[in-house]
Amino acid sequence: MATSLRCFLRSGKQAVLVVARRGIHRSPPAALQVTVRDALNQAMDEELERDERVFLLGEEVAQYDGAYKVSRGLWKKYGDKRIIDTPISEMGFAGIAVGAAMAGLRPICEFMTFNFSMQAIDQVINSAAKTYYMSAGLQPVPIVFRGPNGASAGVAAQHSQCFAAWYAHCPGLKVVSPWNSEDAKGLLKSAIRDDNPVVFLENELLYGVPFEMSEESQSKDFTVPIGKAKIERPGTHITLVSHSRYVGHCLDAAAVLAKEGIDCEVINLRTIRPLDVECIESSVMKTNHLVTVEGGWPQFGVGAEICARIMEGSAFNYLDSPVTRVTGVDIPMPFLTDVLVCGLAEFGSVSPGRRSRAAPLKPEAHLDGKKLKRHQHLN
Amino acid sequence: AMHQQQPFDSSLEKPQFPGASAEFVDHLEFIEPNVISGIAVYRVMDRQGNIINPSEDPQLSKETVLNFYQKMTLLNTMDRILYESQRQGRISFYMTNYGEEGTHIGSAAALESNDLVFGQYREAGVLMYRGFPLDLFMAQCYANADDLGKGRQMPVHYGCKERNFVTISSPLATQIPQATGAAYALKRENTNRAVICYFGEGAASEGDAHAGFNFSATLECPLIFFCRNNGYAISTPTNEQYRGDGIAARGPGYGMLSIRVDGNDVFAVYNATKEARRRAVAENQPFLIEAMTY
Repeated sequence: MATSLRCFLRSGKQAVLVVARRGIHRSPPAALQVTVRDALNQAMDEELERDERVFLLGEEVAQYDGAYKVSRGLWKKYGDKRIIDTPISEMGFAGIAVGAAMAGLRPICEFMTFNFSMQAIDQVINSAAKTYYMSAGLQPVPIVFRGPNGASAGVAAQHSQCFAAWYAHCPGLKVVSPWNSEDAKGLLKSAIRDDNPVVFLENELLYGVPFEMSEESQSKDFTVPIGKAKIERPGTHITLVSHSRYVGHCLDAAAVLAKEGIDCEVINLRTIRPLDVECIESSVMKTNHLVTVEGGWPQFGVGAEICARIMEGSAFNYLDSPVTRVTGVDIPMPFLTDVLVCGLAEFGSVSPGRRSRAAPLKPEAHLDGKKLKRHQHLN
Repeated sequence: AMHQQQPFDSSLEKPQFPGASAEFVDHLEFIEPNVISGIAVYRVMDRQGNIINPSEDPQLSKETVLNFYQKMTLLNTMDRILYESQRQGRISFYMTNYGEEGTHIGSAAALESNDLVFGQYREAGVLMYRGFPLDLFMAQCYANADDLGKGRQMPVHYGCKERNFVTISSPLATQIPQATGAAYALKRENTNRAVICYFGEGAASEGDAHAGFNFSATLECPLIFFCRNNGYAISTPTNEQYRGDGIAARGPGYGMLSIRVDGNDVFAVYNATKEARRRAVAENQPFLIEAMTY
């Protein structure tokens, strides 16, 4: 290809312009279907290449290509020094990663699932999260903790907890929860480049799901800023706010509700901490109704925080009805799961003309087998 | 009484540190970890199944030995069916016990039926030896209406209170300090019961394992730690898991009596577990058995 370009160049600038217009050598890639797994893989590959201080460690990440194959091919490409298999001790390798970050490297620490991060949580919170503050800005900890979070298929209580609320509670951490492939790639790159400790919550069920990735997102410099939510579907009647997998469910519900004349605005949070409250507030000031959707448990959760922030801010006066939280049921996840599609479509409708309160919802809606309860507001 | 400090006499040229009891040495020499010819592997049978040393023959009745064989074969068969179920998508998850049947049956046979068992997830043979019916194994894996666990748990997370088998918990090595605590409780109950705690060589890397081993010795618990060393943790081989001489070499570091056995030799496993159990209860101290297998 390069030789042909030189030929054209020899024949003058005009020829080059023709080439550019005709896009022979540099036809931009059309929007591609890329799975979340591949998007994460690309993000890590690109960052490993860009900065030699970046490295990946965790159980099974190297020779096995990753417990969920997210790091496929990376060990072959970068070798033992950059992709490191660890013994089975989350506390051990999280501590090692934190120490490496303090010493100037930029580790990506993979937990096989975030459930097992509990064995390392002292390292994440007391050592990674708090050190920059405790050292009065002298000692940054540029680390990314990543791995699958939340519910998967039939893995029961000790493999299905959502840790968004736990980690987002702590100052000193950034907490990110991507949904689609662009989110995954762009946010992981931002997380790796960020000098703060970032908890990067993936979802196992999303790994194999393909999403369209724009040309722009295929560039090696493409990043998605941490701390900014995205409106996936603009609407006027009701705002649905969600993160990770449940953004997809919200969009499905919006499609169903659209047929009934209800126009939903769906917000993909992308980042849990810092929360993009302005985005939610602007939306609520437009639609006057808000529903939060998450996989985690209701008490002290992401939805609870959103409710509090809306109540504390200017958007409160624009609410025509109390905020509704849709969450996982407040029980340890049982193994047996029904396989029912999101029951958001069972929500009662809002009558836009009358701006009345949302009609009472069916008492329980099913979201991937987890029964969801509508949380009644306190009168 | 044996752990009390010796009386202090400052006139003696002997180290009198509270942390250790030893002689002085005047040349610098590091203790070398012995990994080339490490702790020997105890076996009873040779590769053809003949008893090598007749004094080590446990002299079990023909019925007992046939029962061992029947249970090991049954376990293997059940594994094949359930593993294929998982590959066909009928159940979401399964862990086979292939190759480690000897470790389960040999050790289970050496225990009393009321000894408490803490497993990791590859000890179905212990439960099978204790009479857990096939129906209930199936019920647990398929999470059907007969499941004792009412469909709460993933497959292979068996539990049976009646048979003193504590329900399997997923996070690795969490059962180790729990077993220590349970053994301490049983000691206080004074009922001559022991606890056996199974885990793999990979799980022994977890911080919980260190805590469990250490406390079992300081609390003087009637406890047998049974490590199944099968050479791999998912894909991680032992040379990436540890650099010492396996798990058995760690025991003395905690003050525990330790032994390495051929895990595929059911009589060796039986003998080691039986003696360990007898002494653990009689002397209130923990034992570490590392069963080499594949």
